[in-house]
Amino acid sequence: MISKEDVLNIASLSRIHLKDNEIDQLTKNLEDILEYITKLENLDVSNVEPTSHVLALENVYREDTVIPSLGQANAIKISADIQNGSFKVPKVIE
Amino acid sequence: MNQTVTKYYETVIGLEVHLQLSTETKIFCGCANKFGEEPNSLTCPVCLGLPGSLPVLNKKSLEYGIKAGLAINCSINPLIKFDRKNYYYPDLPKAYQISQYDMPVASNGFLMITDEEGKQKRIRILRAHLEEDAGKLIHESACSLVDYNRTGTPLLEIVTEPDLRSPQEAYDYLQNLKLTLQYLDVSDCDMEKGSLRCDANISIREKGETKLGTKTELKNMNSFKAVKTALEYEISRHKSVIGSGDKIIQETRLWDESKQMSFSMRSKEEAHDYRYFPEPDLVPFIVSADRISEIKASIPELPFAKLERFIKEYTISEYDARIIIQDNAISDFFEECAKHYKDVKKICNWINGSLLQELNSRKSKLTEIDLGALELTKLIQKVDDEELSNLAAKDVLTFMIDSGKGADEIIKEKGLAQVSNDNDLEKIVEEVLAENKKVAAEIKEGKESAIGFLVGQAMKKTQGKANPKKVGEIIKNKLSND
Repeated sequence: MISKEDVLNIASLSRIHLKDNEIDQLTKNLEDILEYITKLENLDVSNVEPTSHVLALENVYREDTVIPSLGQANAIKISADIQNGSFKVPKVIE
Repeated sequence: MNQTVTKYYETVIGLEVHLQLSTETKIFCGCANKFGEEPNSLTCPVCLGLPGSLPVLNKKSLEYGIKAGLAINCSINPLIKFDRKNYYYPDLPKAYQISQYDMPVASNGFLMITDEEGKQKRIRILRAHLEEDAGKLIHESACSLVDYNRTGTPLLEIVTEPDLRSPQEAYDYLQNLKLTLQYLDVSDCDMEKGSLRCDANISIREKGETKLGTKTELKNMNSFKAVKTALEYEISRHKSVIGSGDKIIQETRLWDESKQMSFSMRSKEEAHDYRYFPEPDLVPFIVSADRISEIKASIPELPFAKLERFIKEYTISEYDARIIIQDNAISDFFEECAKHYKDVKKICNWINGSLLQELNSRKSKLTEIDLGALELTKLIQKVDDEELSNLAAKDVLTFMIDSGKGADEIIKEKGLAQVSNDNDLEKIVEEVLAENKKVAAEIKEGKESAIGFLVGQAMKKTQGKANPKKVGEIIKNKLSND
């Protein structure tokens, strides 16, 4: 069951600010989604291997060969703020 | 009554080592895996986490992970997958790190250490998993600057069980692990460059207690010695907190090398809610038994097996053997020398003495200089044959490494051949005696120990070229015949 606190916690982890009316609505939405998904629990999967990926593919590699990078100018061009070739962000210290 | 009871505590330590793998390219994209370049010059849409980009696993990084896993006695898992570890911090442009959660490359290994009583002790390794490194943050006064060059560097995280019981054991484990890994050529294992990093989990409990105490995690130690010191500090902190009736708070603490103290990071608890889930952008990987055997076959003889063999096969001391096995290339060089020259003790002395000094002063590795094993043994032979004094031979070695030329050529060029010719030596001794009449008189009166001084004078006169043994004999003869 999804509680209001769960929604607030997820919002906080996702850095999303919610208005009061959104909290109630999202609580209901998430609850509905989980309830729907719960239907899967009725299936007997005792003979099914756990699946981590839906595609029938495995061992997709690349060789260890260098491909030219974007370069500093192109890389930081997309940034809102730059300094000394670096992305500039608000001060963060853990 | 308030009686102080001395309690005996046991320390419990587990270590997490992050090893940067020395592949040419990053783990999930083709950007060069290099240290020290201009900020953000080695980036692409994948390692910048741009929408629509897709990671593809570097085959070599998986092979390096398997190789390292095998060397630390792990089982290689036949089916592996990657997972997303979610956390929000600007060193990680995607807001998640691609790591491995429940199906890592390798698990259930061990490394041996020698414990404080001198007994062999097995330190279990829980797992080794592949993941991508994060970027580098530089904190300015008003902002933080982000460099994503390191983002996507392949890392192998090696996690022990909480089997270590003292800071010294932790230190020994790290030494042994590093040495083993260095033999594999999968990483340069350079702690200063950050290619090998270590975090430590530590708790204490009363002796006899089987439940683990509350642990703290220590980060930010930049040498093995710092790991040991930080653990020692943390043990005394735990003891004083518990001793005063308080409880240890489970938290991450940063080691401050300049203050020699650990400080709480005071991060929010929610920061550890990583919400792992399977990485949908990467398919699973199946490692065949054949492939594992092939990689196993590529692992050279590992340092501790080599140590035992050297002591047995060459009957050299454990002390000498330990120095030689510190470097795989040097141990090969030693064995090559032993093929050309019989007295292995002398080879050890030359390698562990002059050669290592030469390498240290040049900050070079053996593989970076031009010196053949045969050439070194020829040089040692020349000292035996009294063509060169020991001192002159050391100079010749320096010139050999500088120029890449053979001993013969250098002796000729520099005129370093030892003077063993009796007539030449007699002249030199006569000069020395004339200049040191007082000492000569003392020797005549029986002060034999002063002969060494006169030999030294003769050596000085000839820039180390005189044969010291012969000089000594001539001095004795001359003084007794007078």
